[in-house]
Amino acid sequence: MQLALVIDLNVCVGCHACVINCKEWNTSGTAGPMTDLNPYGKDPTGTFFNRVQTFEVGTFPDTEVVHFPKSCLHCEEPPCVPVCPTGASYKRVEDGIVLVNYDQCIGCKYCSWACPYGAREFDETQRVMKKCTLCVDRIYDTHLTEEERRPACVRACPTGARLFGDIHDPASEVSIAIRESGGYPLMPEWGTQPANHYLPRRKTRLRIRKDELDRADNPLKIDGQLPTPDRTAPSLDDIASW
Amino acid sequence: MSAQEEIKEIKKTTCYMCACRCGIRVHLYNGEVRYIDGNPDHPLNKGVICAKGSAGIMKQYSPARLTQPLRRKTGADRGAGEFEPISWEEAFSMLSERLGKIRATDPKKFALFTGRDQMQALTGLFARQFGTPNYAAHGGLCSVNMAAGMIYTIGGSFWEFGGPDLDRAKLFVMIGTAEDHHSNPLKIALSKFKRDGGRFVSINPVRTGYSAIADEWVPIRPGTDGALLLAFIHEILAHGLYDREFLVRYTNAGQLINVDEKNDEFGMFLRTEGPEEEACYDPQDKLWWDRNTQKAIVTHTPGADPFLLGEFKLRDGTPVKPAFQLLQDRVKDYTPEWAEGVTGIPADTIRRLAYEMGVTARDQKIELPIAWTDSWGTEHNTVTGNPVAFHAMRGLAAHSNGFQSIRALAILMSILGTIDRPGGFRHKVPFPRPIPPCARPPNNPLAVQPNKPLAGIPLGWPSDPDDLFVDKDGNPVRLDKGFSWEYPLSVHGLMHNAITNAWRGDPYKIDTLMIFMANMAWNSTMNTSEVRKMLNDKDEQGEFKIPFIVVADAFQSETSAFADLVLPDTTYLERHDVMSLLDRPISEFDGPVDSVRLPVLPPTGECKPFQEVLIELGTRLKLPAFVTSDGSRKYRDYPDFIVNFETEPGSGIGFLAGWRGKGGEKFMRGEPNPNQWEMYAKNNCVFHHELPKSYQYMRNWNRGYLEWSQRSRITRYAEPILIHIYSEVLQKFRAAAQGKGFSRKPPEHLKKRIETWFDPLPFYADTLEGQISDKQKYPLAAITQRPMAMYHSWDSQNAWLRQIHAHNVLFVNTRTARLSKIEDNDWIWVESQWGRVRCIAKHSEAVEPGTVWTWNAIGKAAGAWNLTPDANESQRGFLLNHLISEELPGAISNSDPITGQAAWYDVRVRIYKAEAGEPKVTSPQFEPLKPYPGQMERKSVWNYFAGGKK
Repeated sequence: MQLALVIDLNVCVGCHACVINCKEWNTSGTAGPMTDLNPYGKDPTGTFFNRVQTFEVGTFPDTEVVHFPKSCLHCEEPPCVPVCPTGASYKRVEDGIVLVNYDQCIGCKYCSWACPYGAREFDETQRVMKKCTLCVDRIYDTHLTEEERRPACVRACPTGARLFGDIHDPASEVSIAIRESGGYPLMPEWGTQPANHYLPRRKTRLRIRKDELDRADNPLKIDGQLPTPDRTAPSLDDIASW
Repeated sequence: MSAQEEIKEIKKTTCYMCACRCGIRVHLYNGEVRYIDGNPDHPLNKGVICAKGSAGIMKQYSPARLTQPLRRKTGADRGAGEFEPISWEEAFSMLSERLGKIRATDPKKFALFTGRDQMQALTGLFARQFGTPNYAAHGGLCSVNMAAGMIYTIGGSFWEFGGPDLDRAKLFVMIGTAEDHHSNPLKIALSKFKRDGGRFVSINPVRTGYSAIADEWVPIRPGTDGALLLAFIHEILAHGLYDREFLVRYTNAGQLINVDEKNDEFGMFLRTEGPEEEACYDPQDKLWWDRNTQKAIVTHTPGADPFLLGEFKLRDGTPVKPAFQLLQDRVKDYTPEWAEGVTGIPADTIRRLAYEMGVTARDQKIELPIAWTDSWGTEHNTVTGNPVAFHAMRGLAAHSNGFQSIRALAILMSILGTIDRPGGFRHKVPFPRPIPPCARPPNNPLAVQPNKPLAGIPLGWPSDPDDLFVDKDGNPVRLDKGFSWEYPLSVHGLMHNAITNAWRGDPYKIDTLMIFMANMAWNSTMNTSEVRKMLNDKDEQGEFKIPFIVVADAFQSETSAFADLVLPDTTYLERHDVMSLLDRPISEFDGPVDSVRLPVLPPTGECKPFQEVLIELGTRLKLPAFVTSDGSRKYRDYPDFIVNFETEPGSGIGFLAGWRGKGGEKFMRGEPNPNQWEMYAKNNCVFHHELPKSYQYMRNWNRGYLEWSQRSRITRYAEPILIHIYSEVLQKFRAAAQGKGFSRKPPEHLKKRIETWFDPLPFYADTLEGQISDKQKYPLAAITQRPMAMYHSWDSQNAWLRQIHAHNVLFVNTRTARLSKIEDNDWIWVESQWGRVRCIAKHSEAVEPGTVWTWNAIGKAAGAWNLTPDANESQRGFLLNHLISEELPGAISNSDPITGQAAWYDVRVRIYKAEAGEPKVTSPQFEPLKPYPGQMERKSVWNYFAGGKK
């Protein structure tokens, strides 16, 4: 089993619901607290397991604005794990979630250097490395209803842009989405095999054919105004006699 | 702490981190907020929640919170924030004494303006009972053009009143910034719409927010929406892509209008002989020109079919035209080529979009197997839908030409046949209303009398010049000059002019200004620097020009600093509240929905809900609604008021529609139910009545629905509500300006203005500010939008949300910036004819070249909201409002001349690089505010962990 998020960029509007709901769940959860520095002062910063980056692509007027939520990708070959000198950074066999054992973490930051995605967050007050846990303290909690046993970001997302499931199960919602909607991993060339995938933007266009425009049952006809060509416009009457 | 000692609770209530009002569940650990998630059983958000809602914890524990009543220290300047704590008893006796004197002499010297409009049923009642006409919520500075433009045309509008049916639409067109109005439901619907293969077109000067996921972004110059919409109408008419059947039966398109310019009745509908029209509905006494009999005939006569186009002569020789012909005449010259020159959108794009709308509406019709009966008794076996949906809010509204642009939008939606039909626009109860709705403002100064309630309601819907609230000389009675000849249809008032008018004493001086939850000394006012001076200005005798200012708010803000008396409000987690059908409910397309807030935490410090303040004040002032006949207290508190208040004794109509009747067995109408709150609590804080399917569509003309609505006392009348393609209401004002008719006439200096703008058909004209701006000198339009994590919120003090947007920059199209040698992240000056600000420029390809824009209300004054004086909000963030004047030359409001809608987005600017030696700080700056007594300490490091330290 490899649990993962599949994020649909086709519907993500960049509202940051996932960012803040993640923070509020996790700061008081097993991975918390999530420190905020200067929360009311200059240059406030804090620990977030999930962030949305927004960037522009193309030049005006052919500009796309992309909202790109990013968190730990729970790689199948996570480069952050082998570099960890204490074994604090590990990948769970049973569900593929990459976690950090805070008790073993010495805050050396090797893992954050190794991660090509910048997904790790160093907690300046606890001096340990933190990151997305896929809400491991929710998804197996049998006190919660089945609907609630999902990562906080997935439940919060107003556009339903975040899908969650096992990408090794070909029948899962996430596997189907990846297969059928062009899901792709980030920077596959690094060989990390990220478990999280993204679904691309899709465009719907409408083609109006010329012969669809002015119909014979045009209401203008009822009111005596169906457009007819100007009588003085050139016609065959002027040039052919047969 | 061991697990056994932990107390875990989940309490349901309604969010108020913005104006959306989603259902939430607040998870408490040992009395602290551990988690807030969406309530899956709530009809509005169905379990989802946004960034703001998720950040409620940080609002609850914000150090910006006010915790005790405060009085300005004697001798301290307003704005300095020098306060001393006082008790509630002192605050109440001070207020009731002062207000009591005002009420006994001249009630209009008390003005109450509220920033939020979802408590209007109570705040409006209080103002009316007090007897002052000087009351409004923030609609005038927000989106009144959208409410008025749509309601005066189709009897409903967007957001609380109606919206796009994205469940069934095939094409969705969003115009201008609109994301903040119904944000979560719109996000849910938009995503589903896109996944179902719908096509989403966004017309906006800026590509951000929802526009990012649009299938097509159509950049437009700000304030030119009307030109675009009129060109769409031009193309749709030219190709016969309109829904003729719909127009004939459900609009006034076929009704005959007198076009004899010499006649006193010019521009008015022809009517059959009949009794005088007294009621507020549209009587069915107009005429069509029947195609079969070739003569004038009463509309909707069985078997008749009117010409929509043509010119005809009555037997007496009077020339008449159907309204639709006048529309065709009007849009004749509004060609796509013309519109290209105005909007910057290529003519081919305009044509293509018009064809997409017209052909989709015509050829992708939806037929739902729902039987219904129309107002004329015709039975229909299906409900038809033309699946083209629109949404717009402030982007269209906040221009001085916005009312007419929005009329054009409503007409476009109507000619496509999309009103209250599947896949188009759908109403939400209590809409549709008659056009205009029945409530009228008082129409003469005698409505204001000492020690008496106002004779009428402060805000209403004028139907002709005789409904204006003016004296015999035509001068305004309201402080904000609402319902005067300057802004006749200002149905939401003009909060943005209240301070300037009170300061100047024009039309008169007031005594006490009470502001609830509005940042009128900062981002909710235009001309901010000057307005701040006005709030602290004194006359020759050394007395404040505005003698007494009361601010009720949960937070220390720029505005609270200017108060003489500060009343600390609770947060939304600490109070009862109602989302009432008497105000702005949360109804769904399928039926009425109202809801409540329940306290999940005790009030912090001495905070008191503003509702309780009003009930207490009303009781102490002995306002009739709040006391018994012997003058004693009628309501214990706000919850008691909500249960027991009836609009009239025995009316059975109160603030909440659900679980009425003694045992909660009734809804809409019924006796007070002592257990009503408990019943809401048991039902997710929501009452939702799903109408029968046959009442869910075509409600302007749906006999079953209209009669249900009448029986439920939602409306007095069950008459059909025909769409006003042609607005006779507007024509009546124009005729008055032309000296015609018997109604009141405008003063000389406003005749031209009324005649021009009160056009019964939409037209395009440059904005008022545009007309007086040197566009060579100020070549750019400057606008604002709100970021999604801050929509409709006031959370710059929120530790989590401010990490997303701690400061704002000015986005400038890269090529535009380079023309002025401005590089990315350069410090620049933005200058209008009214002022200038220094800020940081950011290159962008997602903004049209003639527009610069920024996120609004991110920039704050130093020290405000209890942020440190060096916080990014004040040092790098800025407020565009300094560049926007609240008045145009001649001391007339910078507003729509029809509705008084604040014209935020009309300002013209130029940009230039700041000098190398200038400080890298935004300008203007103000003396930093200090924390007030009773405010919590600002943490410099916060490891929030609910229910005790981990």
